[in-house]
Amino acid sequence: MERQEKLTGWILIAPALLILGFVFIYPIGRAFWLSLFTNNLGTQLEPIFSGLANYQRLIGDGRFWQTMWNTSVFTIISIFLELVIGMGIALVLNQAFFGRGFVRTSSLIPWALPTAVMGLAWAWIFNDQYGVVNDILTRLGFIDSQITWLGDPTRAMSAMIIADVWKTTPFIAIILLAGLQSISSDLYEAHAIDGANQWQSFWQITIPLVMPQIIIALLFRFAQAFGIFDLVQVMTGGGPGGATETVSIYIYATVRRYLDFGYGASLVVVTFLLLILAVAIAAFFLSRTRVNVMGGK
Amino acid sequence: MTVANQSSETDKTSPINWGRILLWIGVILTIIFCLAPVLWQLLTSLKTNESISTIPNVYFPSLDQLTFQHYQSLGWHFLRYVFNSALVSLTSTLLCLGVGAPAAYTLTRLKIPGENVILGFVLIISLFPYVLLFLGLLEIVKFMGLGNNYIALIIPYTAINLPLTILVLRSFFQQLPKDLEDSAKIDGYGTVGMLLQIVVPMTIPALVTTGILTFIFAWNEFIFALTFITREEMYTIPVAVAQIGGASIFEIPYGPIAAATVTGTIPLVILVLMFQRRIVQGITAGAVKG
Amino acid sequence: MAKLELKNLRKHFDHNVIPVKDVSVNVNDGEFLTLLGPSGCGKSTLLRMIAGLDQPTQGQVILGGEDLTNIPPGKRNMAMVFQSYALYPHMTVSENISTSLKLRKVDSIEIEKRVNDVSNRLGIQHLLERKPGQLSGGQRQRVALARALVRNPDVFLLDEPLSNLDALLREQVRADLKQLFESQQKPVVYVTHDQTEAMTLSSKIAVLYDGYLQQLASPSEIYMQPANRFVAGFVGSPQMNLLTLDCQENQAILGEFSLTLPYLPTSPKAVVFGIRPEDVSLGEEADGDIVEGQVYLMEDLGKEKLLSVRINGSEQTLRAVIPADQLWESEQVKLSLSRKQMHWFDLESGDRLN
Repeated sequence: MERQEKLTGWILIAPALLILGFVFIYPIGRAFWLSLFTNNLGTQLEPIFSGLANYQRLIGDGRFWQTMWNTSVFTIISIFLELVIGMGIALVLNQAFFGRGFVRTSSLIPWALPTAVMGLAWAWIFNDQYGVVNDILTRLGFIDSQITWLGDPTRAMSAMIIADVWKTTPFIAIILLAGLQSISSDLYEAHAIDGANQWQSFWQITIPLVMPQIIIALLFRFAQAFGIFDLVQVMTGGGPGGATETVSIYIYATVRRYLDFGYGASLVVVTFLLLILAVAIAAFFLSRTRVNVMGGK
Repeated sequence: MTVANQSSETDKTSPINWGRILLWIGVILTIIFCLAPVLWQLLTSLKTNESISTIPNVYFPSLDQLTFQHYQSLGWHFLRYVFNSALVSLTSTLLCLGVGAPAAYTLTRLKIPGENVILGFVLIISLFPYVLLFLGLLEIVKFMGLGNNYIALIIPYTAINLPLTILVLRSFFQQLPKDLEDSAKIDGYGTVGMLLQIVVPMTIPALVTTGILTFIFAWNEFIFALTFITREEMYTIPVAVAQIGGASIFEIPYGPIAAATVTGTIPLVILVLMFQRRIVQGITAGAVKG
Repeated sequence: MAKLELKNLRKHFDHNVIPVKDVSVNVNDGEFLTLLGPSGCGKSTLLRMIAGLDQPTQGQVILGGEDLTNIPPGKRNMAMVFQSYALYPHMTVSENISTSLKLRKVDSIEIEKRVNDVSNRLGIQHLLERKPGQLSGGQRQRVALARALVRNPDVFLLDEPLSNLDALLREQVRADLKQLFESQQKPVVYVTHDQTEAMTLSSKIAVLYDGYLQQLASPSEIYMQPANRFVAGFVGSPQMNLLTLDCQENQAILGEFSLTLPYLPTSPKAVVFGIRPEDVSLGEEADGDIVEGQVYLMEDLGKEKLLSVRINGSEQTLRAVIPADQLWESEQVKLSLSRKQMHWFDLESGDRLN
């Protein structure tokens, strides 16, 4: 009878595994294979086996490293801001107050709307002539003339970060909220009786106990931010002058615009490996803090 | 008794409750933070072109600064994109649930070898950025001639939503009392009968919750939609809205874009309004278990 | 009618978890067998193996001479009542009760008749169209019972069905259960950790501990002649006094006093002495051995008092149950230990010696 159970199990799970393998495993495997060929539809029609030539090119490719840098800066700053602001929102939502449901609903809206669509909205908000940001800054007297946001490298990156923080913070807040709600109020009461004030309670009780959630959120956000595409494509296109070009934009352009499949594939492989490495490092730290995540990883 | 009442009343009024004030500041900031950009787009979509390009910005337009022209310029044609998004999202959601629920059930209740490996696998692939996949998938789409075919989106969308679906439903099945299934076995249900007649009816709330999440993710997906669908009448909403801005850098039609934004996202806003509690539950279940 | 036999059942999960090590028991028609033991003793696992929900690693389950090992739970013709009742929340009470009959293709007129009979018997006929969520705990329990009764099974299995009821209701339902199953005349296997339930309901008790059968006997024999130290300490409330005493030849030393050991093949160095608090009385009795000690705790149980007495010359304590109105003059008291009710156990194996 247990054998029958195993058989049933495999039958039930097979379709899922097939679809996942097809959509996730196959493309990555294919990219490994393709990266060994020079296959640029712009310059030649037949792919030629070239071994690791693409990778050699990659190492010397300044644009690639620039995008790596851009992506890392974007990822780290975004995540940091999202954690801090997200924690703030989570703390707010953790309290009971009139209209909490409304606040929770509003906090879901940024997460629920398409990044690409809202990217355009943010481009509009940061518009140098008619944008709201410049308008408010002018009204408050902080600036005299209009700032070109999306035309300036640093400012464009800042604008993008702000847009991404806006979109993702609520999601982080909800995850942190779940962690906050799992902390029994007894602990705070005992700590208060021991003489701690709220600030101390926050650092000595809240943060350590929410750490599992923080790390999980970090892990997922890291992978997500690293692959950010929608926002960049729509808001800045990677400009000005490649200042906001992230890895995914570069890969996309290489394949779609330059039709350089072989090289594009090698970019995919390298990015993939770097990502796995980063995740492995993060997971290592995760187990170091002895977080009780489920046994799969 | 009256003495006790009195002292509790004075406690409420005498020192200013800084905690409460901070809380309300936080609440207001949160609401502004979350809703401002959306409301601004809403406002922009209703403003005339003149009032859109006015400096300083018009925050409270007068009646003659409002118009529906941007919505009209979208025309009924725009609903075609809503239809495309809805079709693709709904189909991939149903497929995802249909494939993901049995998988989640297997991982929870039935013992198959390599369970933990499969779970780890599911977790790890949920981290893949889609840009890494689009190259390989593009090849397949071209090879099978599926360009500009809904299937080219439905299958990938099902796949990208499967990890979350499996994790959320798994956490749900773990909480489902095993007794009911034992009782069903003793009553004489076969495995299939038990799943269909006992387990599924009880899973419906979780299926709805997960379905809402996958629907939202499918609706918002961009890179595959951009790449695999090039025929204008088959665009999904994110691509359609992005394309409106395509004309020239100097003449970006902000009004119509704003109108398209509002129209294209109303279904999502409605979903959020209706199912806010469930959505939070779903996200929490997926993340906590992950 | 059928007879249930369990032969050398053993169950072993991964990671060296062996909840059932070797159990053999028989249950005949009309017998009510209780599997009694603390949590983790293997009783629930045993019940599940009888039902077919878990497969034994070794051993067999035999019903009416037929080996059930390869027969799925649905085809064993057994009915089970779960601790949580396991009522299907999306079905009405009447659907819950009748579903197993429908699966067996019993014709609908017969189903209706049986459902009505059973619900009338259990007093739930007015609840038939409700869903489990709308019922109280006691009502749900009766529905779970009805579901089992309606099947007319060969064996009844019950897994701690009373533990989710509050104390008052539990007593009442216990009495109802006893009458109900007496009239069924089928083997009943009942799992509980509550010894009162075991004592009042069963015709036979199987005391289990650590995956092994400790004793299989009638309730009174279990109480009066516990087979080993574990059973002696587990059954009986207040708990039996169990003292480890050093021995000198044929005397066991208790502080300043000595008790005569029963006839034993060898003279042990030490032994475990047991006597129930109700067999220890204040003062001097003719059929008892006398010891003296200091009362250091008195607990008032309402109908009786429980005294804790430290025996002179030792750190050991004896507890005695005395009538509520009995008084004693000073803290130094004399205790009389009834010779007929002394239990002696081997120090290492815990087995009964006398």
